[in-house]
Amino acid sequence: MKKWPFLFIFANLVLFILFYAWPALLGVYYSFTEYNGNIATFVGLDNYINLFQDPSFYKALFRTFLYTLLGVPFIYVTSLFISVLLVSKYTKGKNVAKMIFFFPWLVSPIVVGILWRWMFGESFGFINSMIQVLGGNPIPWSSDGNFAFLVVLFATAWAGTAFNMLIFIGALISIPKSLYEAADVDGGTAWQKFWHITLPSIRSTSFLVILLAVFNLMKEFPMVQALTNGGPGSDTTFIVQYIYETGFDQLKIGYASAASMVLFVVLLVIALLQFRFAKGGKIDD
Amino acid sequence: MTKLNDRFSTVMLTTALVIVALMYLFPIIWLLLSSLKPGSELFSYPLNILPENPTIDGYVYSWATMAFIKYFANTLIVAIVTTVLTVLASATCGFALAKYNYKWLHVFFICMLATTMLPTEVIMTPTFSVILELGLYDSLAGLIIPSINTATGIFMFRQYFITVPNDLIESARIDGANEGRIFFNLMLPIAKPVVITLAIFSFQWRWNDYIWPLIVLSDPNKYTVQIALRSIVGADNIDWVLLLSSSIISLVPMILVFIVFQRYIMDTSATSGLKG
Repeated sequence: MKKWPFLFIFANLVLFILFYAWPALLGVYYSFTEYNGNIATFVGLDNYINLFQDPSFYKALFRTFLYTLLGVPFIYVTSLFISVLLVSKYTKGKNVAKMIFFFPWLVSPIVVGILWRWMFGESFGFINSMIQVLGGNPIPWSSDGNFAFLVVLFATAWAGTAFNMLIFIGALISIPKSLYEAADVDGGTAWQKFWHITLPSIRSTSFLVILLAVFNLMKEFPMVQALTNGGPGSDTTFIVQYIYETGFDQLKIGYASAASMVLFVVLLVIALLQFRFAKGGKIDD
Repeated sequence: MTKLNDRFSTVMLTTALVIVALMYLFPIIWLLLSSLKPGSELFSYPLNILPENPTIDGYVYSWATMAFIKYFANTLIVAIVTTVLTVLASATCGFALAKYNYKWLHVFFICMLATTMLPTEVIMTPTFSVILELGLYDSLAGLIIPSINTATGIFMFRQYFITVPNDLIESARIDGANEGRIFFNLMLPIAKPVVITLAIFSFQWRWNDYIWPLIVLSDPNKYTVQIALRSIVGADNIDWVLLLSSSIISLVPMILVFIVFQRYIMDTSATSGLKG
């Protein structure tokens, strides 16, 4: 009897050992060495000490936090707003609208980056052209760090809505109609109904959406690489891109591995905090 | 009074929906329209929304410059082979985690959940060493094999199989069927909705994947579509004529998949297997 379940998980077990456990342990080992691809020399905690004195590491980490802090509420609010509109009995053209909102899911992160780079080009983008037609001054979307950051946030919300929308719609249509009818009898306003019925009813779904969004944003890399390539300067360089550049471009593999370990600990802490926040991680279906 | 109120709400909310939908639609329409403009129109301010002299020269140019057939073939091989293996591995693994009660299975389940916290992005450099060590560097197998394992897929099947009554399995056991036959003849057919959903997801993950091909591939003949696009956008001087039409071409296969499987993708009850 025991042989079958083992056979059933065998492929995943081998892959887990080869592509997670092994690299993870190797990463821990590398993080204590100076390694450029040839010989790894043990240097103890040097990488970590240097890392915590490295302003470019702090900047990448801080920018990633800021991106997550601003991007997650942005994604959450837009996805929920759109989903509420899509299940409302007052809206027409739901099916077409749903297709439109879902479309970005088909678009790869690289193409998302290209799309928004093309829209917000400083001297060739549609947005600046419109601003000038309307008599305004062109906005430095790619040469000013804050504006570039804003474009990254727009692109993130645009790309992230589709999947969250499907999850939200599933949750919204399963809220019992009787709750809203009871509120109607009591003369509740639309806002009151949203605040006191809708939001509490989709609590577990909200938790899931936020959890997924935090993890996705913390490890953002391909879209931003195509959109801004981390610039101007390093204003939109997030931590995964920092690790990639240190490890693969500068060949400081030990140093990059130490940064990886810090990121891993950060993700772990976020996960533990969120599960604690959700009272033991119970997500009811 | 309520009638009037209803009509007012309908007008207001429908207008809001239309405006937001147009905002979401516009970037992609703009890319499409721009790709049909000749190079001279692309940068002449103020920009016209519609191309004055629509042309498919950009597409002809892309198709001639980029080896799209090769990139499509590489990406398709990776996406299809990985998808078949992912579905098979996730289904068996999810079934084992749902229907057998051993301590080591629980431990393994926790390990799989942990992989979501330690994604490949985080351990790129040591993963590269492992790829080299295993002789997978610069091969399509190096893209396929590591991607078979997915916590999401295993989780989807586990959640689904938990809802299948144990009696069904018990009675098959009494009839003398072994566990392998029970799985392939009884359980896998029941789980068809999850198979389809995961297959679509896996195909999309692999078609749009960037991290693995970036780490594993170096020979341009083995490039996937995304890496090929990256080689254009990463250049010092971006050739926008090439980039715009190439981006549109790269979207076509996913759009076809969407058209064919739309019913399964948009059916929220199937996707809700991803939560829980």
